[in-house]
Amino acid sequence: MSHPKHTDYNGDKLGMWLFLFTELLLFGGLFILYAVYLARYPKEFSAGGHQLNLVLGTINTVILLTSSLLAAMAVTAVQRGQQRLTMGLLGGTVLCAAGFMLIKYLEWSAKIQHGIFPNSPRLIQGAPGESIFFSLYYLSTGIHGLHVLIGAGLLGWVALKVRSGAIHSHDYVLLENSALYWHLVDLIWIFIFPLYYLML
Amino acid sequence: MTTAPPDNFWNDTGRTGISSWIFSTDHKRIGLLYFYSVLTFFLVGVALGLLLRIELMAPGRTIMGPQTYNALFTVHGVVMIFLFILPGFPGAFGNLVMPIQIGARDVAFPRLNLFSWWLYLAGAVIILVSLFTGGGAPDTGWTFYVPFSTRTGTNVSLAVVGVFILGFSAILTGVNFVTTIHRLRAEGMTWTRLPLFTWSLYATAWVQILATPILAITLVLIFSERVLGTGLFDPSRGGDPIMFQHLFWIYSHPAVYIMILPAMGIISDIIPVFSRKPIFGYKMIAFSSLAIAAAGSLVWGHHMFTSGMSDNAVLVFSFLTFIVAIPSAIKVFNWVSTLYKGSISLEAPMLFALSFILLFSIGGLTGLILGAAATDVHVHDTHFVVGHFHYVMFGGTGFAFFAAMHYWLPKFYGRTYSQRGAIVAWALMFVGFNVLYFSMKVLGMKGMPRRYYDYLPEFTTLNLVSTIGSWILAIGLLIMLMNLFRGLFRGTPFTGNPWGGATLEWSIPTPPPTENFIEEPVVTHGPYDFTGTGRP
Ligand code: HEM
Repeated sequence: MSHPKHTDYNGDKLGMWLFLFTELLLFGGLFILYAVYLARYPKEFSAGGHQLNLVLGTINTVILLTSSLLAAMAVTAVQRGQQRLTMGLLGGTVLCAAGFMLIKYLEWSAKIQHGIFPNSPRLIQGAPGESIFFSLYYLSTGIHGLHVLIGAGLLGWVALKVRSGAIHSHDYVLLENSALYWHLVDLIWIFIFPLYYLML
Repeated sequence: MTTAPPDNFWNDTGRTGISSWIFSTDHKRIGLLYFYSVLTFFLVGVALGLLLRIELMAPGRTIMGPQTYNALFTVHGVVMIFLFILPGFPGAFGNLVMPIQIGARDVAFPRLNLFSWWLYLAGAVIILVSLFTGGGAPDTGWTFYVPFSTRTGTNVSLAVVGVFILGFSAILTGVNFVTTIHRLRAEGMTWTRLPLFTWSLYATAWVQILATPILAITLVLIFSERVLGTGLFDPSRGGDPIMFQHLFWIYSHPAVYIMILPAMGIISDIIPVFSRKPIFGYKMIAFSSLAIAAAGSLVWGHHMFTSGMSDNAVLVFSFLTFIVAIPSAIKVFNWVSTLYKGSISLEAPMLFALSFILLFSIGGLTGLILGAAATDVHVHDTHFVVGHFHYVMFGGTGFAFFAAMHYWLPKFYGRTYSQRGAIVAWALMFVGFNVLYFSMKVLGMKGMPRRYYDYLPEFTTLNLVSTIGSWILAIGLLIMLMNLFRGLFRGTPFTGNPWGGATLEWSIPTPPPTENFIEEPVVTHGPYDFTGTGRP
């Protein structure tokens, strides 16, 4: 049995924000490890950071920022009742996500070809801090990548709901919450990018 | 008073059979689902605990060898912590009672609520599977400390996946409850009219939200250490095992407050009802829940005094630990002041509540011995610790859970148990409990370590005493459950408001209607304003 559907726009948003906090904290654990180990192995971290591909990292940052913009525009579009535009913008976001994952794939496979991956013979023989750096790199970008996939799946599903008319200008909190989730994915990348690619 | 109305939540139309339960989004049905699940796991845990005690009855090998013992205390700990005590209060009584206490029809996200229970079940099943597959049941202790947890051949990987899913379930419950309490309070239900049980759930939900993600990432890290060989905690690769302990306790110490806060809440609801007096210091109790939640997040290091962490850190954590004692003591003093000059009636819920105060105080005070760095070095990892946390978790939360069962379940079943049976059971449990765990504390003081299947001959007598205590406790438990459930299903009818409670759940028909309130309630008085509640 279920109660008659009640709608509470603010409540739904509040719940989503709380959930986003938990996601931030999840990555917080990895950032703590990063801070501690950076303090312990500054040289190795900097050596590791220089091996990452800054160009690809930057392109990915631009892609992700663009996708966030598209997601935000989709929210405005649905509020204005522009169904086709909403779907188009959501599609664009998902496309960006795919591009991001593709580049990530290229980056990872290049590293793996050079023998840099957790537990690889090269890292085991190298300086201890280096293996820590790359383990953290793979874990952070890997878990982030997982979130990209989840977020893209979510937005794709929402796009279908927009098409079927289940999400429209009077009931769009699901779209808004999914976009919030997408901004979170973006936000976390905005921390990962400088920590691993830029500042070392 | 009214008799059971035809349309209560038991016989509501719609789906039938089992699917009317396992797919129900009604918070009362989900609450009962949780209740029976956690109770089942509690009994499993008790059975394991009794086996552990039988092994320790005499020195040397009694009924099992070291590997079995290691696996059993791990499973006992994991079951009790992750499957009973953490989800127990929020899942069972939080779901059953909280929406009614704030005058709502349901929680904010009913479907998410059902999903939480399913996640809970999935996590539990995965943990059970991990016991019998792979290298066998985990033997790391419930704390999964590295480096052992990354090296052992037992099935730790699957077990941490199970616990991860349970954590997800807890987070969703937390999100749901905070949103519910913010958004769905009835008209007139101001923050200072919230029943204290709801207040404590609110604080608990915040801890669930803020602490559980750290557990999640820690478990992911163990998993990746084992499966990918990331080496983040492996000194030979430059990792630091102490970082694991930090991450683990950043979650697990606040988790202790997930266990105890709702228990304190229910005690704060029961004591005034059975003393016929408004609670003493309502605001301080509500505030101290938040203070415990906040301060409790900063004390994780007191589990690590002997880990090799820096002395400065030890001093700071020790100091902070003592600060948590203040809001806890505020509560105890307020309960005692509520009792003062009250007209106390010693029915079953009250007896359990009173023993909570005593046992929790003993557990809390021994906590200070552990919290002081100097004395901790002496008793760390001994049976003193085992005694301490059983006093807090079992004597505290466990007894509060029993109090809640005797206080609220009749309301939902419309039938009640025999007071006499409940009191006999309580007496046995209380005696058995103290015999069982007080002996452990003494043993620990004398130096008997924890997590060993064997011990030196000089510890024999007290260990035997302790084991006998566990049997008295078990008999009491059995009588309690038989008496309670016989009462709930076949006992005398329970209608109206026999305890004379003033919170909203006592103002609605028994058993509650599906929609909880026949008309939208408007709250005009506080939760402990007993004028007109009908009890002499
Ligand atoms: C009849 C009830 C119980 C008995 C007889 C019992 C007995 C024991 C014993 C003998 C140990 C192992 C001591 C050692 O060698 O280190 C233990 C550990 C433990 N117990 Fe219980 N217990 C009972 C109930 C509970 C309850 C209700 C809880 C929690 C709510 C609980 C939580 C734990 C935990 C967390 C551990 C530590 C496991 C570890 O070392 O990893 N127990 N218990």
